Amino acid sequence: MTNHGNQPPQQLVTFKTGEYSFGIDVLEVQEVLKRQQMTYVPLAPEEVQGLINLRGHIVTAIGMRERLHLDASADEIEQMNLIVSLKDGAASLVVDTVGDVISLDPTRYKPRPRALKAPLKDMVLGVYESDKGLLLHIAPEVVCKVCEEEKRD
Amino acid sequence: MGEQDGLLNDFLVETKEGLDHLDAELLALESSPDDRDLINAIFRRLHTIKGVCGFLDFHKLESVTHAGETLLGELRSETLKVDDKIITLLLTLCDAIRTIVSSIEETKREGDSRFDTLVAELLEAAKAPQASSETEELSLDDQFEMLLAQREAEEASQATAAPSAVSPVATRAEAISPIEVPQSPTHQPEHHEQTQVKTGAQETSLRVDVELLDHLMNLAGELVLARNQILQTTKGNQDVNFRAITQRLNLVTSELQEGVMKTRMQPINTVWSKFPRVVRDLSMTCKKQVRLEMYGKETELDKTLIEAIKDPLTHIVRNSIDHGIELPEARLAKGKSAEGCITMRASQEGGYVIIEIIDDGGGLNTEKIRDRALERGLISREKAQSMSESDIHRLIFAPGFSTADTITNLSGRGVGMDVVKSSVEKIGGHVDITSHSDQGSSIRLKIPLTLAIIPALLLSCAGQKFAVPQSAITELVQLGASEKLGSLSWIGNYPFYKLRGDLLPLLFLSKQLKFSAGNDVADQDKVIVVIDSDGSRFGVVVDAVHDTEEIVVKPLGRQLGNLPIYAGATILGDGQIALIIDPAVLGREANIERQEMAASQASAATSGPTVSESEQLLIVQVSSEVRAAIPLNEVRRLEEFNLRDIERVGASSVIQYRGSILQLVDVAACLGNSAERWSGGHVVVVGNGDSVVGLQVQAILDVTTQLTAIKPVQGKDGITSYGVIQGKVIALLDVDHLVKLGAMGIVGFVNEESAAI
Repeated sequence: MTNHGNQPPQQLVTFKTGEYSFGIDVLEVQEVLKRQQMTYVPLAPEEVQGLINLRGHIVTAIGMRERLHLDASADEIEQMNLIVSLKDGAASLVVDTVGDVISLDPTRYKPRPRALKAPLKDMVLGVYESDKGLLLHIAPEVVCKVCEEEKRD
Repeated sequence: MGEQDGLLNDFLVETKEGLDHLDAELLALESSPDDRDLINAIFRRLHTIKGVCGFLDFHKLESVTHAGETLLGELRSETLKVDDKIITLLLTLCDAIRTIVSSIEETKREGDSRFDTLVAELLEAAKAPQASSETEELSLDDQFEMLLAQREAEEASQATAAPSAVSPVATRAEAISPIEVPQSPTHQPEHHEQTQVKTGAQETSLRVDVELLDHLMNLAGELVLARNQILQTTKGNQDVNFRAITQRLNLVTSELQEGVMKTRMQPINTVWSKFPRVVRDLSMTCKKQVRLEMYGKETELDKTLIEAIKDPLTHIVRNSIDHGIELPEARLAKGKSAEGCITMRASQEGGYVIIEIIDDGGGLNTEKIRDRALERGLISREKAQSMSESDIHRLIFAPGFSTADTITNLSGRGVGMDVVKSSVEKIGGHVDITSHSDQGSSIRLKIPLTLAIIPALLLSCAGQKFAVPQSAITELVQLGASEKLGSLSWIGNYPFYKLRGDLLPLLFLSKQLKFSAGNDVADQDKVIVVIDSDGSRFGVVVDAVHDTEEIVVKPLGRQLGNLPIYAGATILGDGQIALIIDPAVLGREANIERQEMAASQASAATSGPTVSESEQLLIVQVSSEVRAAIPLNEVRRLEEFNLRDIERVGASSVIQYRGSILQLVDVAACLGNSAERWSGGHVVVVGNGDSVVGLQVQAILDVTTQLTAIKPVQGKDGITSYGVIQGKVIALLDVDHLVKLGAMGIVGFVNEESAAI
């Protein structure tokens, strides 16, 4: 695992979903793919958009919009898959657009603000003031934690 | 002796592993001498070795380990501090153990090496007060002495021509190396050759990380998928060369897959080896005399499956001893030998391994099972009347069933055979029982060879493909548009399908997966997939079924962990993903049980619409005048044979059928109409388990339930009663009797030839 503590990462992969700009530690990103054919999973939580055949591995795709409870009205945009590596395998985040990889200036990295609300609160690790605006540094491990509560029993 | 060998082998493998760990731990201890946990761990390791060698009668090894243990005991109680000298001493001890172990491996004896000096030193060190200042010199001295001792040991073992993998004196580098270098070339050459001839267990086999095997297995699976894709694309290709290459790829891939699968195989003896002990202990507790016989120990099964059948097998064996085998007096009274016998037999049959556990005990008590099932409300009174004996026997697999009057610590807690059944079914297997009063019972497990690749039926629902393991599917019923209105019946809100007079609870896959809300039987034709899983039988309505395919099961991500309805997913030939549905969970989530209850209540109330299968009769023409009826639930298959294929053995007719010999019974002859020659070629295969016979009949006429005016018949062999069907009198055949006659091999054509013999 990479440094999820107070230590800011060195480089972030940036992406957008809705009006939010996010960043994920580059070490946690496996690859970026254009929209893939997805197999719908009936009965799955709404965040799960489907399954992707990633060169023979079956990877769960999680919709960032659904995860953030945004309207899924992004049909006009060709969404992209950001494959992230997790502790036990890979998962895909379906996001609106993937941007550049940026190197961080540690002085402009701030810890998580307290005022954040529900879905964002858990996944955001810190905030980075980039030249183009605020970036939310998120933990893919938490983003991909869909229905973990039910799973425990 | 075989068990002893197994034990010895286990001991050798474990000890070798333990020694490698021990080396590493000792070195770790050297760098952090105050780590009490480490000292304890080392102590335990030595203790384990000592314990086992006491058991196996290896006194030399025992005395050495004992001395080491004494020293470690001092370290543990902190009367002594860890220093280099002690570590070296302990490492030497490791090597000494290694010497003995390899000698045991080669010759089954401890060898002639002497370790008295080492033992003395260990005990000395345990007593010696701390003298840290002279450690270094002493340890040099020690090393020298040990060198001498070691050299002696080596010479001794060579003198007895017992080649042993003596590792040189414990220099640290070697102590940590995890691989045992067989022999360095500097040793005497003849020594080297001997080791090669007498291959020890460690040289012909290799311990490989299971994870690596799983990975290889996965890759082989991928290759199978890629192969499927290529085969699909080349289907229409005319290039002969290219086709030849794909053919070759096809074969090699299959072989590779098989080979990789084999690496995960273990002989079933790895679980069986503990049964002699279990049987011995249990029979003592029960005061019974039981002998255990095992056949097919070398039959191989996937490692994970071996683990999975361990508990079910133990349970079955316990049951056989506790309930099956009678007390010696009772056995003698029945004219059997006082000693009961449990036979375990394993064999491979196609893609399955068949395991049978047979006892020659009292057999199942049909009455008791029926009463208990009624008492527990597992079956209705009407059903109990109509159930055949073997159906009743199968009730012991029903959840919450136990006939033991007293709960012993062996069995009878009510979690018995149902757990066996469910755990066997969980791995795609099947379990069945046959039992004969006073002759004993036989439990048969059918286990697939591997879990990673399973045959599955592909079906589609709402335009999406799904896979269902073939093992759970009993049949497919096409639900035609014209037919569907008549054959679907509703009880309350529950849909049912009348399948050969039986009410089959239905569920709609599209509704279950929330594709649509209603029970829509839309315009297009649908298919019912009849599932038999986890003790319940139900039909799943789907849009269409496709091929059966060998699919590679892949796990789903953690994000879908709370959806047990999917057993995983697979990648199809065209690269698409299909979810694998777990039929047992599907039935559970649809509350099929409640639906079944509704059906049985409804049938109890009206007693009209449902006709259980056991009341159905197969009507056959036995001879030109005689018709007979056979209960349909006794019928296994209907066959038509060419008369030329029938062979005569002594007085009986047999035919080679599905790889074994089927005994034929001429029904007409049994009923006293021997004048007529059998000419039809029609055979009704009846019976179960090993006792299967073919009934020769002239023609197969009908399946019906309308048997009226039944009149029981006494004293006429082979017939239980007469009845009237469609205005004609027919004879209801006593199948059990006919099977018995067939099993004894005394019925074929009854004619002059046989009379003469």
